[in-house]
Amino acid sequence: MTAIAELQETVRSAAAAQRPLCIVGGNSKRHLGREPTGDPVDMSGHSGVVDYQPSELVITVRAGTTVSELQKVLAAENQVLASEPPELEGSATVGGTLACNLSGPSRPWQGSIRDHVLGVRIVNGKGEHLRFGGQVMKNVAGYDVSRLMAGAMGTLGILTEITLKVAPRPEASATLCRPSEAGEAVRAMNGLCRKPLPISGACWYDGSLYVRLSGPASVVAAAAERIEGSVLPDDAGFWFDLREMSLPFFDDVEDLWCISLRSTHDHFLDHANWLLDWRGARRWLAKRCNRDSLRNYVRDAGGEVWQVRGAEGGDEVFPERSEAYRRTLLQLKQALDPDAIFNPGRLYSWM
Amino acid sequence: MKQAAKANAPDTVTLAAMLREFIDEHYVVSAAESKRPYECDGLPVYKQMPGVVVMPSSTEEVQKVMRLCHAHKVPVVVRGAGTGLSGGALPNPDGVLMSLTRLSRILEIDADAGLARVQPGVTNLAISEACAPLGLFYAPDPSSQIACSIGGNVAENAGGVHCLKYGLTVHNVLQLTVVTVDGEIVTVGSEGMASAGPDLMALMIGSEGMLGVVTEVTVRLVPQPPHCQVVLASFDELEHAGDAVSAVIAEGIIPAGFEMMDSYAIRAAEDYVGAGYDTSAAALLLCELDGTEQEVAYGIGQVTAVFRRHRATSIRVSQSETERLLFWKGRKSAFPAVGRISPDYYCMDGTIPRRMLSRVLSDISRLSGEYGLRVANVFHAGDGNMHPLILFDESNPGELQKAEQFGAEILKLCVAAGGCITGEHGVGVEKLAQMPEQFSDAELAQLNAIKDALDPDALLNPGKGVPTLKRCQEYRAR
Repeated sequence: MTAIAELQETVRSAAAAQRPLCIVGGNSKRHLGREPTGDPVDMSGHSGVVDYQPSELVITVRAGTTVSELQKVLAAENQVLASEPPELEGSATVGGTLACNLSGPSRPWQGSIRDHVLGVRIVNGKGEHLRFGGQVMKNVAGYDVSRLMAGAMGTLGILTEITLKVAPRPEASATLCRPSEAGEAVRAMNGLCRKPLPISGACWYDGSLYVRLSGPASVVAAAAERIEGSVLPDDAGFWFDLREMSLPFFDDVEDLWCISLRSTHDHFLDHANWLLDWRGARRWLAKRCNRDSLRNYVRDAGGEVWQVRGAEGGDEVFPERSEAYRRTLLQLKQALDPDAIFNPGRLYSWM
Repeated sequence: MKQAAKANAPDTVTLAAMLREFIDEHYVVSAAESKRPYECDGLPVYKQMPGVVVMPSSTEEVQKVMRLCHAHKVPVVVRGAGTGLSGGALPNPDGVLMSLTRLSRILEIDADAGLARVQPGVTNLAISEACAPLGLFYAPDPSSQIACSIGGNVAENAGGVHCLKYGLTVHNVLQLTVVTVDGEIVTVGSEGMASAGPDLMALMIGSEGMLGVVTEVTVRLVPQPPHCQVVLASFDELEHAGDAVSAVIAEGIIPAGFEMMDSYAIRAAEDYVGAGYDTSAAALLLCELDGTEQEVAYGIGQVTAVFRRHRATSIRVSQSETERLLFWKGRKSAFPAVGRISPDYYCMDGTIPRRMLSRVLSDISRLSGEYGLRVANVFHAGDGNMHPLILFDESNPGELQKAEQFGAEILKLCVAAGGCITGEHGVGVEKLAQMPEQFSDAELAQLNAIKDALDPDALLNPGKGVPTLKRCQEYRAR
């Protein structure tokens, strides 16, 4: 029996017994979302490149392939996964990265992994192995099930194969850095982003503003002249640590929140410990605070807040949703996983 | 999928009266002559008079229309500017045709955050025009951009010339307000570029009005490139041009636009607008580069080198903005130009991996001989999105059917080459019969289950996008 046939059989018998399954890749993201429950389904062995056409900028891998392995294969052809997802000490898988829709510092300019997914194969809750999307850049036949999987945290199906659009590796990059207050940094980052500059990162951390440029060497050099600040030596290390959440900011933090909101929103809670990424659209807050009041503040600002660390078992960690939104999600869950066996409670207590 | 319970639905006169209770009577149209403009979209081979046309002016009015139709099980077809090319806005004779053209306000532009909040009836071009003084633009630019609405772009996941570098609609929308089939509001996506949970926004984009009604769209704006130049190259073999396209991308260059025309299209366009194209060429490539001056100069150096290696017979680089626009003029007027050399044409929309371009083009040319119908090719070569225009004359008995059969064979070729049946025009009613080429029965059943989950009575744009399994069996039996 092939690995996929075995997986289908596992799903069918779990569905028949209404026994929950917990989908595991590299087990690197077990702390994200709510507590995993159910019998583990190990996808890590389901790995390897299925097809890679460097001239098409397209690669298809099995879901258990690690991000590190993928980047290594692409590097040999001078290409990259432009969304810079965290590799999490080599254990993050492509399936897990898409399921959690994790992206690195380049996200506002290069897009997220959700933007780069062209097609997927999944095993649905009935144990059927299905293919959606494809291997081409443009494809509007059928609903976009591939991207629906992004952020679903495995609640709508088991990803088995993923086709991604990849990008040429930029020839050069440079980072400009200068001291700044957080509020001023938010304004400065957004001001810079209105200009046609080859920006590929903009963040504020520990009293300094960092702006990264990427592209052909001559282009990066010319753009660097136009940005205030000194050139940061070993800038690759800095952006790597940011994306891997291994900057000292993240060390020993017991309460961590990730806030997604309009990049121009004024800086707030000035005395708290902040890291502002994505030109201000993603804000990390390390502080013990009242969940409801933070949620209400961010919601009123048109954003979303997720609790990354410090939640008690049973807490909701993702934003509250309206009744109509919940119903929509539950209807989709029913359509893809009728016996509710995939990662129950991982995303929300009610799903 | 269940069929709408038509038996209990009110007749169109009653329906119109009920709609007039909360919508200005001028915007509830039931007279035949006034409904005529709505009987088809940009694919007029499919025509059907709607039951009632209604034009709400706010999200609240859209909710009321949906609540009414939901309560009485009346089908609703939502329409933007009606420029779609797959019959996606074909009305339902017993239902409501809801036109969103009155929802035409730009609600907010936040230049620093690089976003605009707009209503669905705003035209694609109007967004870029409003942002131009701020140095920004909205990147997806379907060829109908003067007329097409952003709501329709969302429904079809519209592309255009610029999407090779800047992405499709799905890459350039941050948030949507959606009215569900029963009139509730759901906001999907996030101004902050990340939203927890499954990507419901992506599910809505390209769903052809079958899962919800979009009443507000937040789009991403990007800085206008300060510099822009186009390389125009001629080839005496179609194959050389096809291979040159692949080679440019393989080199690591991402042009802002990368278009190809074959000899029919070149001659038709040149006769029509005099863009200075080489009419003896078998193929022509237009490759646009944008960015800073250094970026563009660097890219042009690379692109011209690749074209030379692939035996281009002539290479010209635009030296002024006037010349750049002239080079583009031929491409942009290619469809009407082809319209001048043939009474009718049928535009296909398959997408294939770039490396298959030469092979598929030569297969199309072979089929053209077999069917005795001419084909002009003018398309988005950079992302493999082909638009073969099949030339025919509807007044010749049977020729439309022949053109449709030929088109279906082209789409089969595209799927066999590893591609898909539609890159940007959508399935609508036109490509329902081709869906089983691309999807298995289990996959179609899953798509139908999604539709059924969000719209259990099949009221939103019924009979479009995804064929029912019964219909698939009929298609397969043909």
